[in-house]
Amino acid sequence: MRYLDFERPIEELDRIIQQQLDYAQKTGLDMEGEIDALRRRRHQLVRDIFYSLTPYQRIQLARHPDRPYCPDYIRLMMTDFVELHGDRLYGDDPAIIGGFATIEDRTVMVVGHLKGRDTEENIKRNFGMPNPEGFRKALRLMELAERFKKPILCFIDSAGAYPGIGAEERGQAEAIARNLMRMARLKTPVIVTVTGEGGSGGALAIGVGDRVLLLQNAYYAVCTPEACAAILFKDRAKASAAVSSMKITADDLLQLGVVDEVVAEPIGGAHQDWRETADNLREAILSNLEELEKVPVDQLVAARYSKFRAIGEFEEPRRKPVPFRNPSRASKVPPEADSETTFSAAAC
Amino acid sequence: MSWFRKPPRYTEINRPVKKTEIPDGLWMRCEKCDEMVFRKEWEDNLKVCPKCGLYSVMSARERIASLVDPGSFSEKDAGLASVDPLKFEGYADSLAKNRKKTGEKEAIICGEAALSGCKIQIGAFDFNFMAGSMGSAVGEKVTRALERGGEQRQPVVIVSAGGGGARMHEGMLSLYQMAKTSAAVARLKELSVPFISVLTHPTMGGVAASFASLGDVIVAEPKALVGFAGPRVIEQTIGQRLPDDFQTSEFLLEHGMIDRIVPRKELRPTLSLLVQHLSN
Repeated sequence: MRYLDFERPIEELDRIIQQQLDYAQKTGLDMEGEIDALRRRRHQLVRDIFYSLTPYQRIQLARHPDRPYCPDYIRLMMTDFVELHGDRLYGDDPAIIGGFATIEDRTVMVVGHLKGRDTEENIKRNFGMPNPEGFRKALRLMELAERFKKPILCFIDSAGAYPGIGAEERGQAEAIARNLMRMARLKTPVIVTVTGEGGSGGALAIGVGDRVLLLQNAYYAVCTPEACAAILFKDRAKASAAVSSMKITADDLLQLGVVDEVVAEPIGGAHQDWRETADNLREAILSNLEELEKVPVDQLVAARYSKFRAIGEFEEPRRKPVPFRNPSRASKVPPEADSETTFSAAAC
Repeated sequence: MSWFRKPPRYTEINRPVKKTEIPDGLWMRCEKCDEMVFRKEWEDNLKVCPKCGLYSVMSARERIASLVDPGSFSEKDAGLASVDPLKFEGYADSLAKNRKKTGEKEAIICGEAALSGCKIQIGAFDFNFMAGSMGSAVGEKVTRALERGGEQRQPVVIVSAGGGGARMHEGMLSLYQMAKTSAAVARLKELSVPFISVLTHPTMGGVAASFASLGDVIVAEPKALVGFAGPRVIEQTIGQRLPDDFQTSEFLLEHGMIDRIVPRKELRPTLSLLVQHLSN
């Protein structure tokens, strides 16, 4: 188990608990009482820490190296997983995985980002940052699912698309754009879950769905807090200051209408109890899936278009309505107020 | 005995100073070749330096005027403007400053026009407005232009200069504009209405990774910077210097990402021909 800075007190307590356990085992003494008291203290401590997290600490939780990743959710929520590889154009990107699986007696297509837990694995997985072939593999699998009328479950956990020479040569922008365009029209239910990091275009490229769920401590942002701080304060280290203005944590995203549902994590974060996290997520996905499966596919696609069509906040002076005049009551109709001036005055 | 003395050297350097005193309105200095250029000639050449061929950024209105039949443009959604939904630090000031600087309300101008007599929907980015970045208002205007094209069966031409990508100041709302505009392109394709994307310097990030890369035909101006990640970000990530032509139009053409490179002067006849081919 690895600990973040603000988890240090928990680490300390875990160490003491472990010492007591070892001691009890060595000496054969009954220390249940003491250990239970310590465990209660740990529980309270976790609670105290996690109810007073700053937004940036929650970002750190979203990046916690012990958080469950896509294969863990597949293992804990589904059965019969068959992984499928390759984009049929260039290569196989290990930063995105996908394949068929069974959840509650139905076959689904699972597509998700995958980071590594240690350096070696991270090099193999490119830190979960896909190249174009990753996005193209994802699209190939989603189109396969569409053809065979299987619902699609996407799991987002990536800091973003990889910024590299090869990625640009092979059309990173085109790969993302094509995914957005095709996902918007897929004739099958699509449920997206942001499980950890939702970083920019690399996340959105598998993120156009009928429902967008978000785990409680996950974030979803237009750029990483570090990049935002670099632009805003000319200093990447000031990420914690940037986070609060970016509005990228669960409550803000729900309020903005960017995500449809926030899925609770166990106290302390998803890494404290994988099983509980997976159970919560499974329940949320299944209830959404059951709703979506009842909707005729044409309506589903139309509703998906409207869902994304409606996002955005802007102001617009209302056009002057064409005055309706009933000839018999023409004299009684009061003159139309100039709605353009009144609206913009109210908006500014 | 002063006439035996060498005249002080610094008197020599007065001459270039005099040069810059030429009234700014008439002459200008090219940023790249440093040559003095007659402003009128430069403007008639569509802001391309007649000496070295440097492409300068055109404003949205200049761009539209250079492409469509004279007097045929009628603007749509002119009043649509950004708000500050996140109360993001400095955004409101920045918007006010950019509005004053450009005289525009947003980073894109859209409307109907005629191209060699054929009715089209056109949109042009203004790079001078917050680096041509896409927030809610820009996304909405692009989407509406695409939807109008679908409803009226008119080809859609969008000239991108979105160097800023998705506008950071509106957070996730900006990111979702990528999905929104791409979905609108998808619908246009289902209706078989042509969409031509013109990439100009610079088109990056969220603009490049959505509708701008989805044209039925994609053309680019010479030497325009087009790509997903900014060159500085890539240099920092991989820790080495990038080749000079990296992410230019020529680079994209070589890698099969665009259909053609079209010089600014030829853009109008090329677009007109393409629209003709696609509409027949």
